[in-house]
Amino acid sequence: MHSLGIDVLLKGTNMLRLLKGLWVSVEISLISVVISIVLGLVVGALMTSKNKLLKAFLRLYLETVRIMPQMVLLFIVYFGSTRVFGLNITAELSAIIVFVFWGTAEMGDLVRGSIKSIPKIQYDSAYALGMGKFQVYYYIIFPQTIRRLLPLSINLVTRMIKTTSLVMMIGIVEVLKVAQQIIEANRRSSPNAAFGVFAVVFLLYFIVCWPITRLATSLEKRWE
Amino acid sequence: MDVEVIKTYLPLYNEAILLTVRLGWFGILAAFGIGLLGSVIQYFRIPVLRKIAAVYIEVFRNTPLLVQLFFIYFALPKIGIKISAESCGILGLGLIGGAYMTETLRSGLESIDKIQHESALSLGMTKRQVFFYIILPQAFSVSIPGIVANLIFLLKETSVFSTISLMDLMFTSKDLIGMYAKTIECLFLLVIYYLIMLLPVSVLGTIIERRARYAQFGD
Repeated sequence: MHSLGIDVLLKGTNMLRLLKGLWVSVEISLISVVISIVLGLVVGALMTSKNKLLKAFLRLYLETVRIMPQMVLLFIVYFGSTRVFGLNITAELSAIIVFVFWGTAEMGDLVRGSIKSIPKIQYDSAYALGMGKFQVYYYIIFPQTIRRLLPLSINLVTRMIKTTSLVMMIGIVEVLKVAQQIIEANRRSSPNAAFGVFAVVFLLYFIVCWPITRLATSLEKRWE
Repeated sequence: MDVEVIKTYLPLYNEAILLTVRLGWFGILAAFGIGLLGSVIQYFRIPVLRKIAAVYIEVFRNTPLLVQLFFIYFALPKIGIKISAESCGILGLGLIGGAYMTETLRSGLESIDKIQHESALSLGMTKRQVFFYIILPQAFSVSIPGIVANLIFLLKETSVFSTISLMDLMFTSKDLIGMYAKTIECLFLLVIYYLIMLLPVSVLGTIIERRARYAQFGD
C-alpha cells in the first residue's frame, strides 16, 4: 500500500512551493479586484446616465462579459494579441487584463443596482431639507449605497480567486501547476501522491474563500 | 482571416460543441435534481441531512470547478474510484451546479409568505399538497432569475472540461492553435461557437424572467 501523498508535501519545500503557487493566484485576483472596483464605480455611475448611446454601449459590454467564458477571454488576449497587434504581453498581464475587463463589468452592474435601489424619496427629502447636491450624495446616498455594495463586492473577490485557477491554462505556474509538478517529480516513489496533493489544493482554496464568503454573508445580515 | 481554413475546421468545432452541449445538458439536469433535493432538505429543516447539505454547499461554492474536476479525475482513481472523463465532467458540473441551485431554490422557497402556507392548510389541503401546489410553483417563479443566471454560469464553466482532456471547444482551439498556428481563425470560431451556445439561453432567459414576473402572486 502506497501512501496517499501527504508525506510528499512534507518533503523539502514542497508545501511552501504549493503555498507560493496559491499566492500567485491570490495576487492576480487582488490586483484585478482593486482595479475593477475603482473602474467599476465609474462604469456603474455611467450606467445610470440618461445618455442612450452610452447606455447601449455599456449594456453590450456587460452582456459580452456575461456570455463569454473567462477562459475564452484569456485565450483571446493571450494568444490573439500577439497575432493581431504583434504585442508580446506576459501571461500574468493578460490574466490581469481579462480579470479587470470582467470584474469592471460585474462591479459596474453591482454599483448600478445599488444606486438604483435607493428610492427617489431619499433624494427628494434630502433636497427638501435644504441640502446641496454634494451633501445629498455624501451624507445620504453614498452611505446607503455602500451598505448594499460592500457584501456584493466582497463576493466578487471570492469569485475572482476561484476564477484565477484558470490562468494555469495560459501557462502561469500557480497552485494547480505546482501540484502537478510535485506529483510528476514523485511519480516513482509515491505513485498515489495525486490524491493527497489535490486534496490539499482543494482544501487550500476552501480555506481562502470560505472566510471571505462568511464575512460577506454576515455583513449582509447585519446591514439588512 | 482565411475562409478555407475556417471551412476545414468547422467539422471539428461542430463535434466539440456537441460534446459540450451533451455534457452540459446532463450536468445541468443533475444540478437541478441536486438543487431541488437540497433546497427541500433545507426548507423542511430535516435533521442531520440538513447539516450535510450545508457542508456540501459551502465546500462546492467556495472552490473552483477546475480544482473539483482535478480532484475527481486525477485524485479519486488513486483510492480506487475510477470515473471516465465524460462522467467526471457531468459529475463535476452537477455537484457545483447543485450547490448553487440549492441556494437559489432555497431562497425562493423562503421568500414565500407564511400566510400562503396557512391559507392553504386552512382550505383543507394536506402538507404535501400545500408544498407541491402552492409553495413550490411560487418559489420556482421567484427563483427564475437566479436559475437563469446559474444556467449561464454552468454553461460557461463547461470551458474547464478541456483540462481533463475532453475534446470541447477550448481543447479543440488550443490544440489547433498549437499545431497549425491559425490563431485568429481558431479564436474567431471559438467566440462564434460560444455565442451560438449561450446567446439563445441568455435571450430566452430574459423572456422567461419577464413572463415569470407576471406570474407572481399579488402584484
